[in-house]
Amino acid sequence: MTALTALTIAEARAALKARTISAAELTEAYLAAMEKARVLNAYVAETPDRARAMARASDARLAKGEGGILEGIPLGIKDLYATEGVHTQACSHVLDGFKPPYESTVSANLWAAGGVMLGKLNMDEFAMGSSNETSYYGNVINPWRREGSDKALVPGGSSGGSAAAVAAHICAAATATDTGGSIRQPAAFTGTVGIKPTYGRCSRWGIIAFASSLDQAGPIARDVRDAAIMLKAMASVDPRDTTSVDLPVPDYEAAVGRPVKGLRVGIPKEYRADGMSQEILDLWDRGARWLKEQGAEIVDISLPHTKYALPAYYIVAPAEASSNLARYDGVRYGLRVPGDDIVDMYENSRAAGFGREVQRRIMIGTYVLSAGYYDAYYVRAQKVRTLIKRDFDRAWDKVDVVLTPATPSPAFAPGEITDPVEMYLNDIFTVTVNMAGLPGIAVPAGLSKDGLPLGLQLIGKPFGEETLFQTAAAIEQAAGRFTPKSWW
Amino acid sequence: MSVDETTVRRVARLSRIKVKDEDVPRLAGELNAILHWIEQLNEVDVADIEPLTSVVSMDMKKREDTVNDGHYPDKVTANAPASEDNFFMVPKVVE
Repeated sequence: MTALTALTIAEARAALKARTISAAELTEAYLAAMEKARVLNAYVAETPDRARAMARASDARLAKGEGGILEGIPLGIKDLYATEGVHTQACSHVLDGFKPPYESTVSANLWAAGGVMLGKLNMDEFAMGSSNETSYYGNVINPWRREGSDKALVPGGSSGGSAAAVAAHICAAATATDTGGSIRQPAAFTGTVGIKPTYGRCSRWGIIAFASSLDQAGPIARDVRDAAIMLKAMASVDPRDTTSVDLPVPDYEAAVGRPVKGLRVGIPKEYRADGMSQEILDLWDRGARWLKEQGAEIVDISLPHTKYALPAYYIVAPAEASSNLARYDGVRYGLRVPGDDIVDMYENSRAAGFGREVQRRIMIGTYVLSAGYYDAYYVRAQKVRTLIKRDFDRAWDKVDVVLTPATPSPAFAPGEITDPVEMYLNDIFTVTVNMAGLPGIAVPAGLSKDGLPLGLQLIGKPFGEETLFQTAAAIEQAAGRFTPKSWW
Repeated sequence: MSVDETTVRRVARLSRIKVKDEDVPRLAGELNAILHWIEQLNEVDVADIEPLTSVVSMDMKKREDTVNDGHYPDKVTANAPASEDNFFMVPKVVE
């Protein structure tokens, strides 16, 4: 018999409904797998008691023929999401001991749909990082290794714990968030599927803010169908988030398997970055060929301001972060380090509480917003953002979806990238999507010469998530699925 | 534009982050590298371009101006490092 943890959400859902397995059995299987996989450091808090109680409640509902679309499905939650009474620290020291007295809208939606909470997942501190090396709780280890090597690799970031846990089968799926690529880059590094929906599709209420005009919640899952099931449950219109958009949530799963015949797929020439590896270029060509073979039309397009997206992002995101993170001052929650007076206490608490990368970004943000520089940096960056969005608006006249690589390389080793700007370049293909507020999905498309997963990215029109699931499923069908061999 | 050590100290002060003297040169180097890289934005012609204010065009939602939440000071102060009688406690601010 296959391990229960090997079942996708769709498979587990069918088995639970048919009562061939119970939610309690499924949850126990995951709790045991989590214990065995602690070396990956994917979870920063495990909640076995809550998981068992939720599974029992699911079994009771299933026995009555009731239950939501995720009834009895064990899930991991990124530490950025507020979960009532449970460890919620954005993996920062500055939020030491914080247990929110409220639940984020997205996680509340999951529990209302029947989901079972396994625990909180590791991440880069305040979602600032591309390798999960900035967490106060230590690095997450990628379940994938280079062929014939036992050297540890990063899972990507910031949703590194989410991606590693999904790839290692220690949760059925996970929540994640994406400000510049934090869902799609780790998904690509771990052979999983991750979607950042359109800005406004998921409520940001109860998700610890990094850069409010860029942050979006989304799922990481094992395949395209599971990602569609998850997003359907996560998305909602929320009066508590004024940027949540008043549009009904479609049945995303229905888009999986829809033929791509006649679909116009754009290939933006500007994504052919200098020094791009042949491996990534080949992967991209192969993806286009698969879609063409299934009847899609491949169209060359131009997105001329692509190269400016990342530098503009590193003005906008730190500026918003410096403002959002002003609240961590040792007064209302978290770490307090005493000082000579109140300002000294603030400065001591923030110096001890924030890690290096977070301090760097707060200082950059403070600098670009400071007197005399606001127009030169921040306003200019927001104008460039208008141009980036305009590039896409023009492209939608010619194409329905855009195909690009997800990352410039496969997973690298911890400590391999130490230069901040070089680390930022990991998001070169993903960050334009956040700047323009569009939906983007990363889907596994093959393995590198060293046997590591590589992903492709599809970018959609605003609220074009269904087209993304449809197209990603076509790539998945051609590429197959990728699971790491267990060594842990 | 280049950041000197005085500017690093000023920005650290504005950010309310205490920076050790020995860390100032490293921070100046890192901030300069990032700012230098960002400066490629100066190549872009942004004349007559409006800054982006919203990625999705929508009307700002407004709610009724009514009290619809609250009355749980215990919950609000539950996570405070120091609190007393539902107040946040801080070092003396006014003499």
